[in-house]
Amino acid sequence: MLLQQCANGIFLGAVYALFAIGYTLVFGVLDILNLAHAAIFMAAAFVALWLVGLGAPIVFAIALAIVFAGLLGILLDRVAFAPLRKRNAGTLVPLISSIGAAIVIEGVFRGIFGPDERRFPEGSFVSTQFHFGALTVGALDLIILATALGLMLVLSYVLRATPLGRDIRAVADDRIAAALLGINLERTIALTFFIASALGGAAGILIGLQYNSVSTDMGGRIELKGLAIIILGGMGSVTGAVVGAFVLGLVETLAVAWIGSSYRDAVAFGVMFVLLVLRPQGLLGKRALRAA
Amino acid sequence: MSRSTGADLSIERLAVRYGGVAALEDVSLRVPAGTVVGLIGPNGAGKTSLINAVTGVVRASAGSITLGAERLERLPQYAVARRGVARTYQNIRLFAALSVADNVRAGAVRLRGALDDAAVRALLERAGASEADLGARAGSLPYGMQRRLEIARALAGKPAVVLLDEPAAGMNPHETGELRAVIRNVAASGAGVLLVEHDMGLVSAVCDRLVVLNFGRTLAEGTPAEVARDPAVIEAYLGTPA
Amino acid sequence: MLQFLAQHSKLFDQIGINALLALSLSISLRAGSLALAQAAFMGLAAYVGSIGAVNYGWNLIECIVAGALAAAAAAALLALPIGRLRGVFLAIATIGFGEIARIAEINAPITGGAEGFSNIPNDAGTPAIYAALAATGIALAIFGRSKAALTIAATREDESAARGVGIDTGAVRLRTLVAGAVIAGVAGVLYAHANFFITPGDFGFPRMEQILVACVVGGVTSSLGAVLGAAVMTVLPEAVRFLNDYREVSTGAILLGFILFAPGGIAGLWQRRAS
Repeated sequence: MLLQQCANGIFLGAVYALFAIGYTLVFGVLDILNLAHAAIFMAAAFVALWLVGLGAPIVFAIALAIVFAGLLGILLDRVAFAPLRKRNAGTLVPLISSIGAAIVIEGVFRGIFGPDERRFPEGSFVSTQFHFGALTVGALDLIILATALGLMLVLSYVLRATPLGRDIRAVADDRIAAALLGINLERTIALTFFIASALGGAAGILIGLQYNSVSTDMGGRIELKGLAIIILGGMGSVTGAVVGAFVLGLVETLAVAWIGSSYRDAVAFGVMFVLLVLRPQGLLGKRALRAA
Repeated sequence: MSRSTGADLSIERLAVRYGGVAALEDVSLRVPAGTVVGLIGPNGAGKTSLINAVTGVVRASAGSITLGAERLERLPQYAVARRGVARTYQNIRLFAALSVADNVRAGAVRLRGALDDAAVRALLERAGASEADLGARAGSLPYGMQRRLEIARALAGKPAVVLLDEPAAGMNPHETGELRAVIRNVAASGAGVLLVEHDMGLVSAVCDRLVVLNFGRTLAEGTPAEVARDPAVIEAYLGTPA
Repeated sequence: MLQFLAQHSKLFDQIGINALLALSLSISLRAGSLALAQAAFMGLAAYVGSIGAVNYGWNLIECIVAGALAAAAAAALLALPIGRLRGVFLAIATIGFGEIARIAEINAPITGGAEGFSNIPNDAGTPAIYAALAATGIALAIFGRSKAALTIAATREDESAARGVGIDTGAVRLRTLVAGAVIAGVAGVLYAHANFFITPGDFGFPRMEQILVACVVGGVTSSLGAVLGAAVMTVLPEAVRFLNDYREVSTGAILLGFILFAPGGIAGLWQRRAS
């Protein structure tokens, strides 16, 4: 039973991690909280669902929807954040404009797909279950876990070992110094948004598959949990976000088992609140992105 | 004209340390009411740290700070200001989006009641900023005018002591000349003035006494003439023994 | 015809309540804090005022007083731990507080849970709502010329310089949070007593977003702006009903439009024309 709960917690944590990485990456680079991240999460799930409905192979649909999410992220930056950067509007105004962008994106998707919950067509993905003693694991869960971990490894490689990663870290560290070093700021920021949103979109698609449910309000449920995760991990820390996500995934599933589901969500926010008050830099702190 | 109720500011064996690094060590000085004391020294000598410690922005690691009979070193920043310690900032810190008049009024929040327009104008005049438009946005004023508005804000609370952190920075010689009169006038009204300044012409012209800091310690003190003759000061400033 | 009027008086009531909420948030915004706990204060007061009326037979005035006091107490307690937080961290902590409050409302034994609390007497009509709004508006207008308003503006502009002239900025933040909570509490009780039925979902993050949108569209530091913003953003979704499922887009687009092209909100546009 405990083993099963832990396995479920890990599957949940992997998707949380994908979502939270994008959140924290944008904060680390730009010091802004992008509350439209959850809208992109939702948008990508709908695009994948739509492509599968058109008869696209699932892998192709997922890949295309992830690219769509990335491009939507770039558009989001151009519309909602770039003009404010030019104006030096600080960090709170972009937070509010991201709420505006989120309302627009959600409104558009509600308009296209309607307010009701949608499901993937039957047989779009494997439904095999594996049994290891008392442990039951779906093939889909394993694929989701592998996809999430794979994307995290790719991100880790990009951040550590590529010129783009070096640029992103430099901009996160000191935007003005990075510009003086000849780094193309706007291009680096655009690519940061592409990566962050692509990962957020991937999380949305995987959650949609995991629960076989896609709806326009699915972003709202993970949005605030994402906040708890990045506070837990330290705002701006990618490693912290991954750790925080798995911790939250495990704690939530165990909380359901031990204290019942009614207070499950309170655990996340309670931990977040206490941590913010006692240690606002999180468990790992913001420097972690810069050192990554 | 409103007279300040001056009180002597007395700093005894003050130390300010950040982590393991000492910004100030064993510094003592007095600013008697009605006098101007200059605090000079190279960059990084600890001048701004001293102002920050007196005003409660940073906590003193050791030593005492007394205004009249009252100890200040444990008080929070706002409480120090309420007891009559006013300051200006090296990098001007006005309430940029507020009007000139509201900036001056904000300086008087420690007093009972609020300043009327005539009182605001009188303060601006004392600070050499009489031509400033009361309704103008403080952040829109020219640089030299912002400096003078900051002084007017500091004077508005009828302070016992005023700490001026490089008030002449960015001023032209004419404006500096006016500033000299402003500072002497503040001291004449009974308040003590602690002046941190690089412009030695201004310092020697307005200060009754000078304290020289170097590497966080007192290097010399005395009248401007005495300090100018001090071999240790000459060495610190010119790098060679006289 | 009667039905038409009834529908519109409902909208009118909503505008009044939303205007109160926007005013309550604008007080914190004037001190420069993005404290997003208004929906939680509103919800707490709404439950106090509803349970008081249904279980203990309090009248509307008693409910309003009790609700406002409860919201004020919650704000004072919240101010202690979040006193050191600024900017985005303050925003996140207060959002977290709001979620905790909402989850507590779902699980507390006397709130009716997620299904909601019903049979609330429908005794808060248009006159009560607009009396509360007028009283709040007059209080804020008088207060706007006071020394306290100056200390709030100075705290927003430069917190350290504000302390440097003797302003206890921690106390300013506490007082603005409590004052905002009192107004949000009044709005919450009126909301409950105008709606017969409340659920914890009425007071979640979407509500907080709605309040923030009204404030930003109206102009964050102007009382009249906040009221106008609330009116526009309440009427707008009704006015664009023909857009059907697309109608929320207009809310987001207007918010974005104001932030990008008219950061002072409606009040800013007005001032720009005047000067």
